[in-house]
Amino acid sequence: MSTRIALFGGVYNNYLALQAAIGMADAVGVDAKYCLGDIGAFGPYPNRSFPLLTDNDVICVQGNYDDSVGNDLSDCQCGYTDARDNHFAKISYDYTLANTNDANKAFLRSLPPEIELEIEGQRLLLCHGSPRRTNEFLWESTTPLHFVDMFLRERNLDLIAATHTGIKWQAKTAIGQFVNVGVLGRPENDGNTHVWFTLLDISSKGIQHRFCPVHYDYQRLGQEMEQEGLPEEFIKTLYSGWWTTCLEVLPQKERAAGCH
Amino acid sequence: MNGTTLNLSLSHLDELWFQVAGTRCNLSCHHCFISCSPHNNSFGFLPRQQIQDYLRQSVPLSVKGYYFTGGEPFLHPEMTDILIDTLQYGPASVLTNATVLKPEWLSRLEEAHTQSRYSLEFRVSIDGADATTNDPIRGHSTFDRALSGVKLLVDHGFLPIITATRTWNDSEDQLVLDQFIDVLREQGYEHPRIKLLPSLKLGAEEKRSGGYSDHQRITPEMMVGFDTSQLVCEHSRIVTDRGIHVCPILIESSDSLLGEDLETASQQPFKLSHGACFTCYQYGAICSNVAVSNAPAGKAT
Repeated sequence: MSTRIALFGGVYNNYLALQAAIGMADAVGVDAKYCLGDIGAFGPYPNRSFPLLTDNDVICVQGNYDDSVGNDLSDCQCGYTDARDNHFAKISYDYTLANTNDANKAFLRSLPPEIELEIEGQRLLLCHGSPRRTNEFLWESTTPLHFVDMFLRERNLDLIAATHTGIKWQAKTAIGQFVNVGVLGRPENDGNTHVWFTLLDISSKGIQHRFCPVHYDYQRLGQEMEQEGLPEEFIKTLYSGWWTTCLEVLPQKERAAGCH
Repeated sequence: MNGTTLNLSLSHLDELWFQVAGTRCNLSCHHCFISCSPHNNSFGFLPRQQIQDYLRQSVPLSVKGYYFTGGEPFLHPEMTDILIDTLQYGPASVLTNATVLKPEWLSRLEEAHTQSRYSLEFRVSIDGADATTNDPIRGHSTFDRALSGVKLLVDHGFLPIITATRTWNDSEDQLVLDQFIDVLREQGYEHPRIKLLPSLKLGAEEKRSGGYSDHQRITPEMMVGFDTSQLVCEHSRIVTDRGIHVCPILIESSDSLLGEDLETASQQPFKLSHGACFTCYQYGAICSNVAVSNAPAGKAT
């Protein structure tokens, strides 16, 4: 017996990538689909992602953006500290907040901050940033394996899945594993235009992960962002695959892998 | 957090700091908050073996990252080896003035960094985007020497975080940043990382510009609804040759020494009674590479 689940990271209003990822997950056959939060941000037309999630039975965790938009808060709680990063984060957040309807805000408010699962005898935690903080950045190069083990041990888990950073990674530790599932919202600063989601194959023997590239019509998304007056810097990221904003939070290794 | 006594407990030991070079520095900056200099031996070097012991102890404590400061860390004869040791455990950050770096050290660190899963961050102190601003504070020709150090780091694949203590008006920040970007690009640092810091009115800086006034203190009222994770003592401790202190800023204060071992010092709360606590409150955990933020946002207006 084995169970396969699909894990989608931050959607960031990229409803075209979400649609493509749902199609891919259904095509390979999954027993359940989950989104780890941050449905809004960055992209255009915030309301377009919600019917895709609800009509396709995608079970969602609440990210920091979802908490902020759902509760009409003043900022996205992304956790940036640099002035330029915060400048662009504010543009993105103000647009998303102003263009998310009340029904969708109520949906965002209703989401749980985490989901614990027991599948085939394996214990999984789905969260947004980290098990202790929704907006904690767990980068591959700044997260010691013994730090991951603390959460695995405290919660008696076999696997933790998170998103928030925008860059996928996976590590096996002494007692379990951690998977950052990547994001659907924007490419991951590697010069490619595709985005990512993650499949987990879960059996009594263990959990196997597979990162899946999602190709979608990024040019259409870029045109729509332009129509909506979103920053040229965001659109450049879609077309180039390189991040142009929110860079100062990147640690040395992840920053050096980019070109800005 | 006890709102009436202002005693703050450690929530988790995220950052373990090492006063690796004690108070010994090749420079005598006029704003140094612990008055480091070539002749200040009030805190001594930490032996590599002692640091290795703390690194081992840090694993069951689930420490998230390691920071090295001084004085000038690279005056320590085993600094390169200490950083290489650390990269086996987790991410390492070293705060340096970049004036004494040697290519052979950086070649070894570059190799170790490439092989490690963890980031090695260099934070380079330069206190102005030109010698006219920097050198009166940090010493004659230190601007040019620091820039040479930055170039060496960049040549070895590192992207140093340039930290500048603000000695200008806040309104001039963007101008200073633009100047920094221009001068760093001339050194081949195409996309420089720059962090502006407030000054701490302690040590040499207290003599230079005056210390904290009595009203520059955290009050119980200020802590209501405040995100305590913004304070470095909420998630950090620092090892010196005297024991474990509450934070890198206050090591010269007698009440900062919390114990001789990590476990004891991690269990000791600290009273937020210093002027520097007020600066930390105002600006967030300025000592960290990226300040943490768990602050609940207010309602949109």
